[in-house]
Amino acid sequence: MKLTMGDKIMQVILYIILAFLAFITFYPFWNSLVLSFNTGSDTSLGGVTFWPRDFTLENYQIVFKEKKIYQAYFITILRTVIGTAMAMFFTSLFAYALSKKGIVFKKFYMIFAVFTMFFNGGLIPYFIVVYHLNLYNTFAFLILHGMISVYNMIIFRTFFMGLPDGLEESAKIDGCTNFGVFFRIVLPISGPVFATLSLFTAVFLWNDWFFPAVFINDQNLIPLQTMLVQIINEGTTATLMANLNSYAQSMVQNSVTVRSIQMATMMVATLPILFIYPFLQRFFVKGVLVGSLKE
Amino acid sequence: MRSNTERNKSGALEAELSVPAGKTSRQSLWKRFAQQWEFQLMILPAIAFLLIFNYAPMWGILMSFQEYNLFKGFWESPWVGFDHFRMFFDSPEFWNIMRNTFAISFLKLLIGFPAPILLALMLNEVGHLFFKRVVQTITYIPHFISWVVVSGLVFSMLAVDNGAVNETLQRFNLIEQPINWMSIPEYFWGILVTVNVWKEIGFGSIVYLAAIVGIDPSLYESASIDGASKLQQIFKITIPCIAPVIVIFLILNIGNLLNAGFEDVFVLTRNLNNGILMSVAVTIDTYVYQMGIINQRFSYATAAGLFKSMLSIILLIAANGIARRLGRTSLW
Repeated sequence: MKLTMGDKIMQVILYIILAFLAFITFYPFWNSLVLSFNTGSDTSLGGVTFWPRDFTLENYQIVFKEKKIYQAYFITILRTVIGTAMAMFFTSLFAYALSKKGIVFKKFYMIFAVFTMFFNGGLIPYFIVVYHLNLYNTFAFLILHGMISVYNMIIFRTFFMGLPDGLEESAKIDGCTNFGVFFRIVLPISGPVFATLSLFTAVFLWNDWFFPAVFINDQNLIPLQTMLVQIINEGTTATLMANLNSYAQSMVQNSVTVRSIQMATMMVATLPILFIYPFLQRFFVKGVLVGSLKE
Repeated sequence: MRSNTERNKSGALEAELSVPAGKTSRQSLWKRFAQQWEFQLMILPAIAFLLIFNYAPMWGILMSFQEYNLFKGFWESPWVGFDHFRMFFDSPEFWNIMRNTFAISFLKLLIGFPAPILLALMLNEVGHLFFKRVVQTITYIPHFISWVVVSGLVFSMLAVDNGAVNETLQRFNLIEQPINWMSIPEYFWGILVTVNVWKEIGFGSIVYLAAIVGIDPSLYESASIDGASKLQQIFKITIPCIAPVIVIFLILNIGNLLNAGFEDVFVLTRNLNNGILMSVAVTIDTYVYQMGIINQRFSYATAAGLFKSMLSIILLIAANGIARRLGRTSLW
């Protein structure tokens, strides 16, 4: 195939646009990382762009000195691990049973589940229900919230329906119960779809700040992102200092500013995901495709 | 031959073990149900969960017709009919809220919907595989970052003192003084939509890229033999071939149109303490939060939320109807 002059010009423009897009996507992260490694007082002079000008680890030292951060981290990790495991367990079981032929009430179950994708009670009735179940201000709420995702169920189900029947039948001849088939045969060969949906669920639980903000009052139960929204959005130094006493003390001695602390905290909350994500990219691209299949 | 016998065997087994071919009479239905108790047990927790966390709140919608009191509970609270709806429609903020909700939603749809398609088309034309992969990897990242962090990045980028955007504009002498982006109402919608596109463009392109990969390559070969330029090939082959996918996602997007604007608006306006932005930033969802969670006017907020749900469903049905009339693709 020969490229015409017009095609060549188009190619050049294309590369420039895409390189620019990649740059503006990446730069805010990079800039925040740079600012988190720069002394706050130097940053406020302006002009720190691609490299730390006055390198320091002070910001991180202060963030990691704050005990609340550890507590919030602990809650976040606990929530993400337990929440993801439970969501995967119950959602995949649901999907597996619905992928079988001849299940009584199957159609009803499907409609029952899919209906919730299009219609819900809204925030306030949900709040009332959670309140009356005594889940307000409990760790249990953090795990139970969003445990069954109908969207994930459909992806699981599509995947399970594609598995060859013979595999399970032979296990049954060997005397496996239906539970045994699921755990010993189906689970081990469903790695990619479990990896993808676990990633999505884990990312949701890791990133969710809103529901903890509404349903959790106890500062010891606040996850990292919810704490972060308090730190980032408190525009004034005074509030931040009042909130985080140990920060304030060290700020007197160090050249640390509210902004440099914000940047460091943001990085602490984000880096785990940034590190894990490239390894899982292959899986989730496949996973998105399974999900987009017509159902 | 062999596979054939296997299939017969498994078919017979299936009939014997899990799915006895039965009549639909009541007795055999329950018999079948009892026989598949393991599968029914697998379904049970999920149904119970949906019932409690999804269906119970739907029941709670009725409280928008009540003067709901948290301590009296649902059964004791007095009924007031459509009072809360009337109050909402008559409130001084109503038209402001409607304008903001629809403006923000439609701007997002108008710009946020075609953007990933455009990116997919561009990525597809890139011959250099490594470059393509790098661009994809980078543009996917923001999807995995919480709105909290994104708002932090936005505040940092747009900061008046030493924000990267102001510094760059000043360096190129485009502006004299740094602009306080987050306090000028006229800029808010633009910033909101830009940030949304920035966050989701890469991830949204995955599905379209996959659809493009599925197109028969011989179509392109014969087109290029006929002398079609790359641009002509895009408009005559690529776009028509991925049109069904586009339509499905468009309908889903329209159905979700009014839902998709809470977290971002919320984190970008929260605690700015200037009140100026509120005239352009208050949407039905943020209003429901403000009235319901902060002011504890549960019934009133539920009425506003229900009004939004109704609008969403009307939009979904309308979009689907239009799509069905225009072409072959529709959701149902």
